[in-house]
Amino acid sequence: MLTLRHVNAGYGDFQALFDVSLDVNAGEAVAVIGPNGAGKSTLMRVISGLIPAVAGSIEMEGTSVLDAPPYEIVGMGVAHVPENRRLFPRMSVEDNLRMGCYLPKFRARFEERKRFVYELFPRMQERRDQLAGTLSGGEQQMCAIGRALMSDPKILLMDEPSAGLAPVIVQQVFELIDRIRAEGLTVLIVEQNVKQVLRVVDRAYVLESGSLHMEGTADELLQSPEIQKSFMGM
Amino acid sequence: MNSKLLVAIVAAVLVALPFLGIGPYPLHLVIVILIWSFAYTGWSVMGRFGLVSLGHGAFMAVGGYVTALLWNEVGLTPWIGIPVAMACAAGLAVLIGYPCFRFRIIGHYFALVTLALSEVVRQIIIATRDTTGGSLGYTPERFGDGWSIVAFQSDDRMMFYYVALFFWMVGLVIWRLVDRSMSRYALEAIWEDEDAAAAVGVQVTKEKLKVTVLSAVMTAFAGAMYCQYQMFISPDTIGGVGISLQIVFAVVVGGIYSMLGPTIGAVITILLAEVLRIWIGTEAICLTDKICFNAAGVPLLVYGIMLILFIIFLPKGVVGAVIDKWQGRGKRAEQS
Amino acid sequence: MAEFTEALFSIFFVETLINGLLLGGVLALLSLGLNLIFGVIDVVWICYAEIIMLGMYTIYFLHVDGGMPLIAAAAGGVGVTALLGWLTHRLVIGYLLDAAPINQLLATGGLLFFFQGLAMVAFGIEFRNLGVSLGSLALSEDIYLSWTRLLSFAIAAGVVIVLFQFLSRSYLGAAIRAISQDREIMVLMGVNTKKLYLLTSAIGGGLAGLAAALLAMQYDVHPFIGLSFGPITFMVCVMGGLGNMVGGFLAAFVFSELITIGGYFAELEWGYVLAFGFFIAAMFIRPEGLFARKS
Repeated sequence: MLTLRHVNAGYGDFQALFDVSLDVNAGEAVAVIGPNGAGKSTLMRVISGLIPAVAGSIEMEGTSVLDAPPYEIVGMGVAHVPENRRLFPRMSVEDNLRMGCYLPKFRARFEERKRFVYELFPRMQERRDQLAGTLSGGEQQMCAIGRALMSDPKILLMDEPSAGLAPVIVQQVFELIDRIRAEGLTVLIVEQNVKQVLRVVDRAYVLESGSLHMEGTADELLQSPEIQKSFMGM
Repeated sequence: MNSKLLVAIVAAVLVALPFLGIGPYPLHLVIVILIWSFAYTGWSVMGRFGLVSLGHGAFMAVGGYVTALLWNEVGLTPWIGIPVAMACAAGLAVLIGYPCFRFRIIGHYFALVTLALSEVVRQIIIATRDTTGGSLGYTPERFGDGWSIVAFQSDDRMMFYYVALFFWMVGLVIWRLVDRSMSRYALEAIWEDEDAAAAVGVQVTKEKLKVTVLSAVMTAFAGAMYCQYQMFISPDTIGGVGISLQIVFAVVVGGIYSMLGPTIGAVITILLAEVLRIWIGTEAICLTDKICFNAAGVPLLVYGIMLILFIIFLPKGVVGAVIDKWQGRGKRAEQS
Repeated sequence: MAEFTEALFSIFFVETLINGLLLGGVLALLSLGLNLIFGVIDVVWICYAEIIMLGMYTIYFLHVDGGMPLIAAAAGGVGVTALLGWLTHRLVIGYLLDAAPINQLLATGGLLFFFQGLAMVAFGIEFRNLGVSLGSLALSEDIYLSWTRLLSFAIAAGVVIVLFQFLSRSYLGAAIRAISQDREIMVLMGVNTKKLYLLTSAIGGGLAGLAAALLAMQYDVHPFIGLSFGPITFMVCVMGGLGNMVGGFLAAFVFSELITIGGYFAELEWGYVLAFGFFIAAMFIRPEGLFARKS
């Protein structure tokens, strides 16, 4: 579904990604794991158009993402849950969800998608008139995911969904991801929390210093001594 | 060319200027440029540290009005009146600066608070029109013909030229002293990050207040000089939002971060206005008897466009751009 | 500025208070567009009052020289100011979005001079009067209220309600609120931020045209009239909490009452001194604006 080939990207003179190629197939959940500063967030940002790619190609179902203006990428079925959730803090939960289906072609399905999100996260329905900035960390993550789901995306990009959350909440967040997977959605997720994320995805890539080093199924990587040593402290 | 030699030549030309046969009108322009240059230099002393004040029209007006009022009403010589006016400006600077810096009003909030200050002073001058003449303006009483040291007045342009030249140089020296002082590093640190500066022991409020008072006092002095030279002041010629903006813009055009920036800004803006005025005139140009264009507005029009272009393309001003270019060439020369 | 509020003078305090309230309506309308622009784009347009001034000239030109009916002339004025707002963003602010806020403010200061020059070139420096008077409403034998001012008040209130509904109910309105909270991620929502900024600038400009229509009926136009109500407009916006439209609306009334009450007890200019002094004091107590929500 999503294909990256030889992608280079960075900020100004600083190059953060070197020759990255990866695939995400329909229905699959794929993780990109790696240490802090490996370029994981850059990868997400380059796919959804927040920063431009310097070289290489990114295709979504055969259509080049790089040729489209950044604000049209969400219209191609790519929804991005940004790092640190980035909700609109002074807007209600429902208004945040509304922003998730801003594009005119999504608007007609607002009520339907809203019901879907509320069924998935009943807590959001309880909090629908509350300002997003006043939600707890876990609720904010629900709201951020819900906002991304409003456009009925084909693929969901999740950037460090567990970052900055208390351990108990992290547990809940991975349960959320499980629930989304059960809906049959394709997911690409970047995480530092390697042990937990490998339990919810099918495959994973290891990103270090801007390039991909390893690739394998979740089980393979969980068993790999190298991964255990560098990421799980075993 | 040796830069010391260059400075010496420029200084010699400036000192000899009145004897080089330039007419009274060009000499008048030079004097006006020198006085405004001093005011602009005074603004840039604080403006270069990100303290963008839109309230300097207030200090300028205080300088002019206090001096003139003391002379006319009390008969106090400007030799005392000007220091009193400067003290008033200092007081006003503390009054507005202390709470601003204490409560961390920075950036465009600071600009808007100081803008309110220029309006307050302008409105007070208009409100006390029985004494100050309001928007019609105010004229210091002439002592008589010729020149008088006590009255700080002179019919002779040349004499005023040397006074203005002297104080213009004093302004540059003050700029230099601030540039070389420890306060400069403190203020640059504050501009960069107030918390970090405070954490390493910089007294944020005190440092900002010092430079603000210095700047206000300089500007007030320029206001007094303007008054003594032009022998006429009004809220719109030395005060209010218009003058405050004019001060900021001339410095932006010349260059906020360089010593000669404000002076070059004064030269460019004042000459531009004069050239346009003479070249285009102030008459209405009529294409038909219904469609007429009033040429008097052209200088403002050009001035406005110029400012926008400067802020977009040359935010460091003319002098800043020249210095950058110079240093860039130096670097390339070193590399090759 | 004397002519700006001359009509406010009266020997009756109640009338003063009511007039203050009505002046508040005008001030509120003046500050609405500026507030909207600030809320969304985070830029203070120092030249906003000059856009209003050009709107007043447009209305004058269309009505007096062009012989158009007043309503049509006012619509033309709104159109021209909306275009000016659009151009301000397209040609100036758009290039400075990543510059220091103070540079953005100064660039619009350049526009202020440009607009003044433009008005002088096109119309000269004479004071021009629309020559329209709606008369006044007699509440009692001694108390008269100007219809123009009543109308301004009603329109200001109406515009606030419409704008508020637009912002809280429409997708576009939600985007306008959202973009001021997090500009960068708007792209992820599918929002073309450039287009949204231009649209907001045009709406803000159009609101200036509306204010211009009401001011043109009350005051003479000249190229520098912007300087007489520009500063007050900024103060109203800042005191209401920049970008907070409801706060700005309330602040407009605080200001207008201060001006009229000050003017009642002393010279009108003292009313302004009082209002500006209050503004400076208020900034020290709550720099984020008197009516700003605590965030």
